[in-house]
Amino acid sequence: LVKDITKTRWRMFQTASLPVIGSKPDTYSAEYQDNYDKMSTLVTDLRQLVGRITQGGGEKAIQRHTSRGKLLPRERINSLLDPGSPFLELSQLAAYKLYGEEEVPAGGIITGIGRVSGVECMVVANDATVKGGTYYPITVKKHLRAQEIAQLNRLPCIYLVDSGGANLPRQADVFPDRDHFGRIFYNQATMSSNGIPQIAIVLGSCTAGGAYVPAMADESVIVRRQGTIFLGGPPLVQAATGEVVSAEELGGADLHCSKSGVTDHYALDDQHALHIARRIVGNLNYTKSPSVTIMEPEEPLYPADELYGIVGANLKKTFDVRQVIARIVDGSKFDEFKAMYGDTLVTGFARLYGYPVGIIGNNGVLFSESALKGTHFIELCCKRGIPLIFLQNITGFMVGKDAEAGGIAKDGAKMVTAVSCAKVPKFTVIIGGSYGAGNYGMCGRAYGPRFLYMWPNSRISVMGGEQAANVLATISKEQRRREGKEFTAEEEKALMDPIIKRFEIEGHPYFSSARLWDDGVIDPADTRTVLGLSLSAALNAPIEKTQFGVFRM
Amino acid sequence: GPRYSSAPSTVLINKILIANRGEIACRVMRTARKLGIRTVAVYSDADQDSMHVAMADESYNIGPAPSQESYLNMKKIMAVAKNTGAQAIHPGYGFLSENTEFADLCQQEGVIFIGPPSSAIRDMGIKSTSKHIMSAAGVPIIEGYHGEDQSVERLKAEAEKIGYPVMVKAVRGGGGKGMRIVMTEAEFEEQLESAKREALKSFNDEIMLVEKFVDTPRHVEVQVFGDQHGNVVYLFERDCSVQRRHQKIIEEAPAPGLTEEVRRRLGEAAVRAAKAVNYVGAGTVEFIMDKDQNFYFMEMNTRLQVEHPVTEMVTHTDLVEWQIKAAAGEPLPVTQEEIQLTGHAFEARIYAEDPANNFMPGAGPLVHLATPAADDTVRIETGVRAGDEVSVHYDPMIAKLVVWGPDRPAALNKLKHCLTQYNIVGLANNVTFLSQLSSHSEFAAGNVHTGFIDLHESQLFPKSQPLPHELLCQAALALLLLEEDQMRLSSVMSQDPFSPFANATGRRLNHTFTRKVDLNDGDNKVQIHISYGGEDTYTMQIGGHSYEVSGFLQSGGSMEELRCTIDGSRSTARIALHGNSLHIFSMDGPCEIQLPTPKYLEKLRGRGAGSTGGAVAPMPGVIEKVYVKDGDTVEKGDPLMVMIAMKMEHVIKAPEAGVLERVLFKQGDKVDKGSELVAYQQEQDDSNGEEAS
Repeated sequence: LVKDITKTRWRMFQTASLPVIGSKPDTYSAEYQDNYDKMSTLVTDLRQLVGRITQGGGEKAIQRHTSRGKLLPRERINSLLDPGSPFLELSQLAAYKLYGEEEVPAGGIITGIGRVSGVECMVVANDATVKGGTYYPITVKKHLRAQEIAQLNRLPCIYLVDSGGANLPRQADVFPDRDHFGRIFYNQATMSSNGIPQIAIVLGSCTAGGAYVPAMADESVIVRRQGTIFLGGPPLVQAATGEVVSAEELGGADLHCSKSGVTDHYALDDQHALHIARRIVGNLNYTKSPSVTIMEPEEPLYPADELYGIVGANLKKTFDVRQVIARIVDGSKFDEFKAMYGDTLVTGFARLYGYPVGIIGNNGVLFSESALKGTHFIELCCKRGIPLIFLQNITGFMVGKDAEAGGIAKDGAKMVTAVSCAKVPKFTVIIGGSYGAGNYGMCGRAYGPRFLYMWPNSRISVMGGEQAANVLATISKEQRRREGKEFTAEEEKALMDPIIKRFEIEGHPYFSSARLWDDGVIDPADTRTVLGLSLSAALNAPIEKTQFGVFRM
Repeated sequence: GPRYSSAPSTVLINKILIANRGEIACRVMRTARKLGIRTVAVYSDADQDSMHVAMADESYNIGPAPSQESYLNMKKIMAVAKNTGAQAIHPGYGFLSENTEFADLCQQEGVIFIGPPSSAIRDMGIKSTSKHIMSAAGVPIIEGYHGEDQSVERLKAEAEKIGYPVMVKAVRGGGGKGMRIVMTEAEFEEQLESAKREALKSFNDEIMLVEKFVDTPRHVEVQVFGDQHGNVVYLFERDCSVQRRHQKIIEEAPAPGLTEEVRRRLGEAAVRAAKAVNYVGAGTVEFIMDKDQNFYFMEMNTRLQVEHPVTEMVTHTDLVEWQIKAAAGEPLPVTQEEIQLTGHAFEARIYAEDPANNFMPGAGPLVHLATPAADDTVRIETGVRAGDEVSVHYDPMIAKLVVWGPDRPAALNKLKHCLTQYNIVGLANNVTFLSQLSSHSEFAAGNVHTGFIDLHESQLFPKSQPLPHELLCQAALALLLLEEDQMRLSSVMSQDPFSPFANATGRRLNHTFTRKVDLNDGDNKVQIHISYGGEDTYTMQIGGHSYEVSGFLQSGGSMEELRCTIDGSRSTARIALHGNSLHIFSMDGPCEIQLPTPKYLEKLRGRGAGSTGGAVAPMPGVIEKVYVKDGDTVEKGDPLMVMIAMKMEHVIKAPEAGVLERVLFKQGDKVDKGSELVAYQQEQDDSNGEEAS
C-alpha cells in the first residue's frame, strides 16, 4: 500500500510539474534591452496620460466641487469599495482627443468593477468636475458599455449620480437613437427585471432625464443639501409656470425622502451615502457561485515586466506567444493542445487565479490548419464550460492561390462561426497587430468578448497602413496605365504617405480606446491581474450552453 | 485520623477544598496537584466560567455573586466540604482566611483549617491586644500616648518617653488637619498649640495623642512559618513600601539596603512574635521601618499573603506545600539555618484600575491578553484568561507578575522587560504605570518608602507626548493589514475563495491608489496619506515626512504580531483592535490610537453619548438608587442615580438640563461601563444652523 501511495504521489507530482512553459530571456542582449526601453517608454506615456485624466476637470472645477463638502468621484469610489480592494477601471482614455480642443477626461464618467461588501459590482460615477457631469455622446456610450458588461456578467449596478444630464449642444448625438440616453433607463429596467440590482446614490443633481436614474433604481440614496432630483429645474419651472422655487425645495433630500418617495435613504453627506450604499449591497443576498472548478492560484514563474523586453514596440518583430502565456497563467503551467498541428496558432489549457481558462494565441499568419485547430479548441472549451482568452497578434489569414484553393475562406469561416457562437466568457487582449479577418477569428470587438483590452504597442485596422497604401498605389498605377499615363514616384509617395499616416493615427490604441472600441489600454505587466479580475467578474453569470451554427465543410 | 498517617501525629490529606477564587485558588490547586491531592472548588454565580472552576477536579456552586452570599457563606462551604469528603479547607487570603468563627467551625466539623489556630487569629486581630503581646515578647512597637490627661506637662513627658521625633495628632483628626510633627523638645509646646488650634477649628475638639513619628517610613514584613511541634522559622523579609490608596502594588524580597544584622534581627523579632501566639502555618509580621532601619511592629497577618511568591522565589520553597503539610501535622522540612536567601525577586500586581484617575478600580472583559512566557524565573499568577471578565463583585486584580534574578538590578531589568510583554486590551489597567514605576531611578536605587508614589508623582505620570511618526506608521500599517486579513477571511469562506478582487492591494489601472487614513493620538488628529506600492508596501506621508513602510501580520494567540519595516528599520509589536481603539504594544511600551468615528455616525448617534459626556456609568457597577422617572425635567447637575461600583458610591448627575424621555435602568440593575443611564428627549430639529459647523 505504501508503495502504491508513493507511486501515486510521484505521478501526481509529475502531472503537476510537467506543463511548465516559457524560458528566461537573455536580459543582457541588445535586442531585449532595446525592446524593454521602447515598451517602457510606451507604458510611461500611458501612465502619464492616465495620471492627467484621473485629475478630472482641472483645479478650478475640483476646488469648486470639494468646497461644498463633496468628494471627488474617485474618492467616492474608493470609499464605496471594500477598503483597499482592486478597482477594474474601464476605458480611462474615453474621449481622448475626440472633441478637438474640448477635453472631456475619461468621458466625464468613471466606470469599473469593484467589490462592495464582498459583492462584485459595476460602479458608474459621474464626474461633475468635467463639464458639470453632462453627457457627451461618448459619455452615453461609456455608460451603456458599463451596463452591457453588468448585464452580461450579472453585476449589480451602483450609479453615483452627479450630472447635469444631456449635453445640450450635442443633443442630436445623445438623445434620439437606440443606443443613446434613453437606453440607460431601458437597461436599468431590463436588468432589474433579470434580477440584477440597480442602486442609485444621488450625490449631486439629477436633472430631467437624469432624474430617471434614481427613479428607475431598485433602491436609492440621496445626500441632503447636495442631491437634487427633478424633471425640470428651477429655471425651467419659472419659464413654464412662473413659479419661483429653490432647487432644494423642488427636489432635495427632505422632499424626496419624506414626501415624494423618489428616494429611500437620507444621507448626511457623501461618506454617509456611500456607507448606506455598502449596507444596501450587503443586504442584496447576492451570491456568486462560479460554475467552474477552482484551484489554489500560483504566481507565474517569470517576472511580468520581462514582457517588455520580449515583445518590444516593433510589430514587425516576431515573438513566441508562449512566452507571453508563461507570464500570465498560474505557475506558468500550460497544457498545450495540438502542439504539432497548425502551429501558427497556439492553443491550450491553463489556470488564471485558480480559474480554468482556454487560451488561444497567435504565432503567425493563420493557415487552414490553424483555423481548424482553433475551431476544434473552441468547441472543446464550449462543451466543457471553460472561459476563453484570445491573445491577438494577427496580420490576417493566409492569402494566395494555394491558400484559396485549400479553402482558407471556408476554414477561416469555421473559426469565425465558432468564435461567434461560443457562449463561454471570452476575453481578448490585443498584444500586437489586429488586422482584417484575423481580428474576427481572434474575437475582435464585434464578436462579443466580455472584455477587450489593448497593449500600448498594439495597432488595430482593416490592414496595415503600408499594406493599405500599397494596395491603393497598385490600383492607381493600374488605372494610370490603362489611361496610358505615367504614375511618378513622387505621385506614388504623395498618395501613400497620408494613407500611412492616417492608418498610424487611427490604428493607435489611444484612438481606439477614445472611441470605446476596447475597454482600456493596459500595461502588459498588468495583463495577468486585469484578466484575472475580468474573469472573476464574468463568473458572476452562469456559463450558458453553446449551440454552434452550420460549419461549412 | 492516625490510621492513614505515615508518622504518629500526621493525617493523610488527599482532597482539599479551596474556599476562594481567582489567582490564589489556582495557585493552591497547582501545588495540590503536584502533591497528588484532589481539589474541590467552590464558586458563585458570577464565577461559573472562571479559571479556578475549570482547573479544579470538582466544583460546586455556593450561591449568588455577592461574596456575603457565596465565598463568605461558611455553612454552604462546610456542606460542600462534608459532601465531597475533603479533609481540609484552604481559605486562601481575604474572605474567610482570618475568620475565627470559620476556623472554629472547621474544628467542630472535624475538617482541617489550613491556617493558624483560631486563638492566634483572634489575638492578632485586635490591635491593642497584639501590640501588648508583642511588647511583652520583646518585639519593638510604635510607642504612643492615648491617655485622658491632656495637660501640656503630661503630653510633653510622654513625648520624652517615646523619644523625638514625635507626632501630635488630634484624636478626631484626619486629612493631615490638627497634626504636627515635633522634631525636638524645644518646639513641642508651640507645635502642640498650633495643632490644637487647628483641631478646634476643624473638628471642634482638641484632644491630642502623641505617637512616635517615623519619617519616610518603609513597610517591611517578615514571612514566618510554624509547625504543630512548636518550631517557627522566618523566611526573610519583603519590602512592600510602594503603595497607592494604602494598598501594595509592587513588592520585593529581600528588602533593599538592609544590613545582614538588621535582617537577622527582623527575622528573630518576627519569630518571637509568632511564638508568642503559638503560631502554626504561614504568617506575616509587618513592621514599619525608619530611615535608620529601626523597625516597629505593626500587625501580624495570620494567612498566606498575596505577595508570598517573592519569598518563595528567593528561598526556593513552596509555601502552600508547607501549609498543607503543617496542617497535616508534619514537622517543618528545614531548620532556620538551612533556609538560604538567593537572589532577588519582584512582584508587580496587575490591576484593573485607572492610575490616571486616582487608581479608580475597574472591571470588564479581558478582550485581548498576552503575557510573557513563564519559566523558572518568571511566574504569572493569575485566575483569568483571555476572554474572561474581571468581575465588579470582587478584587480587581488581574495577575501577579513575579520575576527572579541573581541580584536586584537583574531582577528589576527582568521585571521591566516582562511588563512590556504583559499586554491587556479591554479594560483600564496599571501595566504602564508599573513600567514607569519600575523604571524610576529612585526605585532602581532602592530608595522606597510609603510616600514614594506621591513624592514622584510628576515623573510617574509623565505628560503624554505626541506619538512618534514611526508608531503612527505602524498603526496605519496594522490597520491596512487587518483590513486585508478580514477580506481574505471572508473570501476563504465563500464559494469563490481566490478571486483577485478579494485582496487589499489597492490595485488601480495605470495609476497609483492613494488614500487618507485619519487617526487620533489623544486630542491630536493625524492624517496619513498612503500610496499603495503593492506586495504590502506603502509610502506613508505624515506632515511633510515620507516613509517607506512594509510588513505583515503573524497570528500570535490572542493578539496579532506586527512585523514592520520603516525606511529599512525592522520592528515587532503586538497589536489588537478593540472597538475604535488600536492598541500597539512595542518594546517602548503600549500605546493606544483611536480611529475617529465617521462624522455621520457621530451625528446620527445624537446627544448624550457625544462630546457632552452624557449621563453614563463611569465604570461597571450596580444601580443602588434612582432619583428620577420618565418624563422628569432636570437641571444640569441634578442627581439622577447612585451606583455602587467596586464598593464605592457614585452619584450620577444630569450632564445638561432637559426632559428625560426614558430612565434606562432601575434599582439593582447591573450596568456596564459607558452605558447610557437615561435618554433625553430630542429637540424637534437639530438640522437648522448646523451649516456653519
